[in-house]
Amino acid sequence: MTSTQRINQEGINKTELDQLDRKERYTLFGLTVPYLALVFGLIIIPIGWLFYMSFIGRDETLSLENYQRIWNSKAYLRIFKTTFQISLLTTLFCVLFGYPLTYFMSQLSNRWANICMIGVLIPFWTSLLVRTYAWLVLLQKKGLINTLAVDWGLWAEPIKFVHNTSGTLIGMVHIMLPFLILPLYANMRTIDKDCLKAAANLGATPTRAFWTVFFPLSLPGLFAGLLIVFVLCLGFYVTPALLGGGKVIMVAMKISDNIELYYSWGAASALGVVLLGVTMIILFIASKLVSIDQLGNRS
Amino acid sequence: MKTTKNYKNIALTAVIAGALSVSSMAVAKDLRIVSWGGAYQNAQSIGIFQPAGKAMDITINEDTYGGISDVKLMVKSGADKFDIFSSGSGSCASGGAEGVLEKLDYSVIDVSNHLPGMFSDYCAGADIFSVVAAWNTETYGENGPRSWADFYDTDKFPGTRAMRSKVDGQLETALLADGVAIADVYTVLDSEEGITRALDKIRSIKDHIDVWWTSGAMHAQLMKDGEVDMTTGWNGRFDVAKKDGAKVSYDYKTGIMDWEGYGIPKGIANKDLAMEFINEMMKPEYMAEFAKYITYGPTNAQTYELGLIPDELAKALPSHPDNAKHQLTISQDWYAKWRTVAAEMYTEMMTE
Repeated sequence: MTSTQRINQEGINKTELDQLDRKERYTLFGLTVPYLALVFGLIIIPIGWLFYMSFIGRDETLSLENYQRIWNSKAYLRIFKTTFQISLLTTLFCVLFGYPLTYFMSQLSNRWANICMIGVLIPFWTSLLVRTYAWLVLLQKKGLINTLAVDWGLWAEPIKFVHNTSGTLIGMVHIMLPFLILPLYANMRTIDKDCLKAAANLGATPTRAFWTVFFPLSLPGLFAGLLIVFVLCLGFYVTPALLGGGKVIMVAMKISDNIELYYSWGAASALGVVLLGVTMIILFIASKLVSIDQLGNRS
Repeated sequence: MKTTKNYKNIALTAVIAGALSVSSMAVAKDLRIVSWGGAYQNAQSIGIFQPAGKAMDITINEDTYGGISDVKLMVKSGADKFDIFSSGSGSCASGGAEGVLEKLDYSVIDVSNHLPGMFSDYCAGADIFSVVAAWNTETYGENGPRSWADFYDTDKFPGTRAMRSKVDGQLETALLADGVAIADVYTVLDSEEGITRALDKIRSIKDHIDVWWTSGAMHAQLMKDGEVDMTTGWNGRFDVAKKDGAKVSYDYKTGIMDWEGYGIPKGIANKDLAMEFINEMMKPEYMAEFAKYITYGPTNAQTYELGLIPDELAKALPSHPDNAKHQLTISQDWYAKWRTVAAEMYTEMMTE
């Protein structure tokens, strides 16, 4: 008797709870509708359109010629290779420079950390074009750095910093650093310093405490940062175009070239689609290797 | 009922007023012209656009653009962003072939005094320029490369070079350096083997090419900063750079002549006015004024006949008979037929 009553009661509660649950879900869904519509209208449809256009040939009919061209030419393969190479290297250098800097900033008092942050943000707010040209002025053969260095006898012949891969990397790392630092810094500030104290208390050396406690806790921020950097690098145009001297041809540059060369969106769209596809595959593999969910849970 | 009618009246008045203001805007005439920026557009602006606009009482709004592909994209997307563009003869011909340009009405535009071949169905030629080999006088003094063979001879002329990141006007230099006669250049280039021959010649000096330039402003800057010892490029830009103190010189014996003109995108509202304005711009006095600011020659023969250009300046222009006689003239037909293929092969060579 009592048990059936309880079951009944639970049953009643269950339907009510289910109803509430459903209502909440509908409300939440309703709230996300504007955003979903935006994503659909501004991202899904244009990408679908891009995809469709990539199958339009020069004579405005459906054809695979845009993909055949990419497949058959050695130049396109090399351009994709350069794009991923430059993006990976830029990301690597951003991590090498950005991580220690962010760690240092996260250990400072608020006041000093803010001052450092301004140092990160001011270049971030400066026009990309201006910064790229500034590097050109600094680094070229008769630029400021080479002139001073040769005058002071640091090196005898001007070093070729720009109009090549190294120039592109210098410019891109400089421009991309804030994109790594900002999410990483936000993450590091939330790491409880007591954890490190606890580690020390249990006998860990500062190095050990850093590597077993702090570093793993900072991984979500690091991963978010390097993902942003890597993906932004893939579509970079201005900096490689100006600092690469024509020796660094990235996909974005070839896309603009193709519009000019074929007078059609198709030849350019196909490159965009391939870049998108390859990037998604790489991110998929990366997410399998480093589980993003796991990283998130650990923090 | 009455109030609704009132509202209707107000609405009607507003519509009429609006329409009137739109039409009155059309009466105050204005045209939008796009060109290449830098020293070139500066000369066009001071020498041609603004004075011609003044003469016709038209407000001229200038902007820069990215080339004939911008025209194509504008026309295909149904936009109406500019009325006249400045373009090289080859790009203009390809734009015409793509069907995105208005055919010019030569009963409106007077080209009766133009030099032969200096206008086409879609573009009316306005100036003549040369692709030349420019050298740094600090490196070579007056003994710079005076032929394309010199430009490609890295033993005789050690030093760094720059070439264009696009194929236009570059393959010709390689064949001329390879000993092909001016008259035969485009015959040799008329096959993939010929293009490969030219590319192989460029490959032979590729290690010495430090920069692939993308714009006239860029190659002028490269010479000004001494970033490279020699480069291909447009003669006028070097003269302007020289005036600004750049240590640069060139010889018309390396010249490859081409012309630049004005065209109209298909379907623009201001077509008729644009046509009249192009006619105005063809007048010799504007061409003479333009040449004072950048050393590009007039397409209108009257400019010389009327003595509008001082002798000294005339001798510095690419189209002066003494200079023109050494030079190859760019073949529009070749570019119409081969440009896409050659451009892809050129990019392939660059990325090797």
